[in-house]
Amino acid sequence: MEWMPILVFLGFVGAVLGMSFFFARKARSAAGYYAAGGTIHWSVNGIAFAGDYLSAASFLGICGMIATAGYDGFLYSIGYLAGWIVALFVVAEPMKRLGKYTFTDALDSTFNSKGIQLAAAISTLVVSIFYLIPQMVGAGVLVTPLLGLPHAVGVMLVGGIVIIIVATAGMTSTTYVQFLKGGLLVVFSFAIVVAVLVRGFHAEPDQGGKVPFHKYATITATEVDGALVPDDPTVRVLDVKDIPGIVTLVKTTHGETTTWFRKEVEDGRITLRECQYESHAADGAVYINGAEKSPTNKLRQAGHVLKLEGSTVIEEGSVGPFEFLAKLGHPDTRIRTWKSIKFEHDGEKLAVYYPALLSGDRVMRPGTIFKVEGTPLQKLDFVSLMLALFLGTAALPHILIRYYTVPTPAAARKSTIVAIAAIGFFYVLTLYMGLGAMVSDVVNPADNNMSAPLLARSFGMLLFAIISAIAFATVLGTVAGLIVAASGAVAHDLLDRFGGMNLPDHKKVLAGKISALVVGVIAIILGILFQGVNVSFLVGLAFAVAASANLPSIVMLLFWKKTTYQGIVASIAVGIVTAIGIILFSPTMYQLYGRLPTEAPIPFANPGIFSIPASFLTLVVVSLMTQKKATTS
Amino acid sequence: MFHEPAAKQDRDPASGYKTRLGVWMFLFYALVYAGFVAINLISPTAMNSIVFWGLNLAVVYGFGLIVLALVMALIYNGFCVREERRLAAHDGEV
Repeated sequence: MEWMPILVFLGFVGAVLGMSFFFARKARSAAGYYAAGGTIHWSVNGIAFAGDYLSAASFLGICGMIATAGYDGFLYSIGYLAGWIVALFVVAEPMKRLGKYTFTDALDSTFNSKGIQLAAAISTLVVSIFYLIPQMVGAGVLVTPLLGLPHAVGVMLVGGIVIIIVATAGMTSTTYVQFLKGGLLVVFSFAIVVAVLVRGFHAEPDQGGKVPFHKYATITATEVDGALVPDDPTVRVLDVKDIPGIVTLVKTTHGETTTWFRKEVEDGRITLRECQYESHAADGAVYINGAEKSPTNKLRQAGHVLKLEGSTVIEEGSVGPFEFLAKLGHPDTRIRTWKSIKFEHDGEKLAVYYPALLSGDRVMRPGTIFKVEGTPLQKLDFVSLMLALFLGTAALPHILIRYYTVPTPAAARKSTIVAIAAIGFFYVLTLYMGLGAMVSDVVNPADNNMSAPLLARSFGMLLFAIISAIAFATVLGTVAGLIVAASGAVAHDLLDRFGGMNLPDHKKVLAGKISALVVGVIAIILGILFQGVNVSFLVGLAFAVAASANLPSIVMLLFWKKTTYQGIVASIAVGIVTAIGIILFSPTMYQLYGRLPTEAPIPFANPGIFSIPASFLTLVVVSLMTQKKATTS
Repeated sequence: MFHEPAAKQDRDPASGYKTRLGVWMFLFYALVYAGFVAINLISPTAMNSIVFWGLNLAVVYGFGLIVLALVMALIYNGFCVREERRLAAHDGEV
């Protein structure tokens, strides 16, 4: 075990906790706990916005997705940033003018309706919990390589620390943690990108000499009477597993070694390419590439350039930022990436990681995950994702509550602009970090979420230690913000306003802290259950729920005078139910249930294209139907 | 109780102007964003076209959307500040 990363990590966690205790004295009143007293400077709030927003999804998920799928991961960067335009131009100042502590305050400012208080509080809770899942998954992902702890322990560690932070000092501490973390994340991500460009391309990347490049075996074969026969007589085929439309895998033996190969057929010639695999025996033992799993026998990191602009001779040395993208995106560039497939074989649960080849022009445009050239349904899924990303930001509760931490609407506007600058710059960096990981032989084929920290490790343990600690602080900060939002929904919206409990100020803070504990425990459980799912994908779903449940109400309240409280309540309800309903019956969730994605009754994963218009439409129809009633009430 | 803004707000006479400006700038950006989505749907391979310095349309458009967001944010803030100052000066004269 490396001690430096652990010491840096502990130093960061200690600093974060110290900051929480320091600011605890500011959180004794409700205004201090939920809105930092409305006294944060706009520039600090702007970077804290970046800290809130650049969550595990951005740093771990986007970089990981770009590292395995190329530009499709960058779509999230574009959509997440574009969402800030909606926040700035439409939501920022009115939200500050209308609200006090929570999103519900703003929605309810003109109606004082119990229905809105209940619906908006539930919506805040649902969106916060959806958003918490990927953060907790990210926490587990980080802690495993850093501290050598299991995923579940990492999730519990984050949950425990965050509950302490939130219960200690609320929004003030959360703001300064986010400010520190947001600033450091942007600075050190820039350092990684500079290092990527200085290192340039290598045909056989070896992580700065630390990890020897592994050359995977390639065997030619022929078919004789329908049987596959390797040209190398020492290799014998044991079995062939054909997964139609996806891949054909071949199990072989060579001496005492069992290896899986991917079968490729080109111009009638058969080539077998070595895979990696992980098998779980019935007795619980785990094997990697046929030998028992251990600290020295684990899946090899992967991903490198085979041809750069058509040449296998790759010139080493530093490259410029545009040259890096141009060379990778060249149609004759070939990049080795890895895919995975899971199935049962001879009583064992098997995960096979097989090599795939991507051309530069496929890597540098959308289409590897989101099938823009596919069926109409697949195209609709792409549009749905882009719509949810665009409209989701301005409806995220933990972002909206940050508008109450600054003193004026003008400060809310200016802090949003600082956020756009910091977040926009970071998202440009994600493309370089993701592609840098893709060609540096650092991607864990079993879990792409760690691509950016592992890329940092290829430049040295100190950078890895700092980046991992910042990433961990990223998770801590975002989870803290979400838990403050969720606890505000319970204590302020549900208990105090909807329940009419009229709690005194100190009891309101206590209720918030107890709520933080409960939400934190729920987040820990979900973080363990969702292990292994790409965190950016999960956040995309949270955006869809937020955009469907919250945004129509906010926008219509601001811009349509005929909006009634019944319309708002119905819109929130329809938005939540439609968005979550579509997600629960989508192919991705079916995979999580342990079933085949093709069995899912709804053939796409992103609900926004249906749930957002449905929510808008409901608000309009119900508001028009309740005009008279609204006037009399 | 507990239902007033956390910090006391002054009246903002520029709010109507800022709302109108915000809506128009939002619509403009939404149009450019929709263009990106539409090109990917209608002619995905057009995203491979080289625009300059070896960069393809996907990269230039993607980076462009990020840069455009910042530029528009700064322009919006400039107009808002100018209007706030103008109306504040006007109030002072009265």
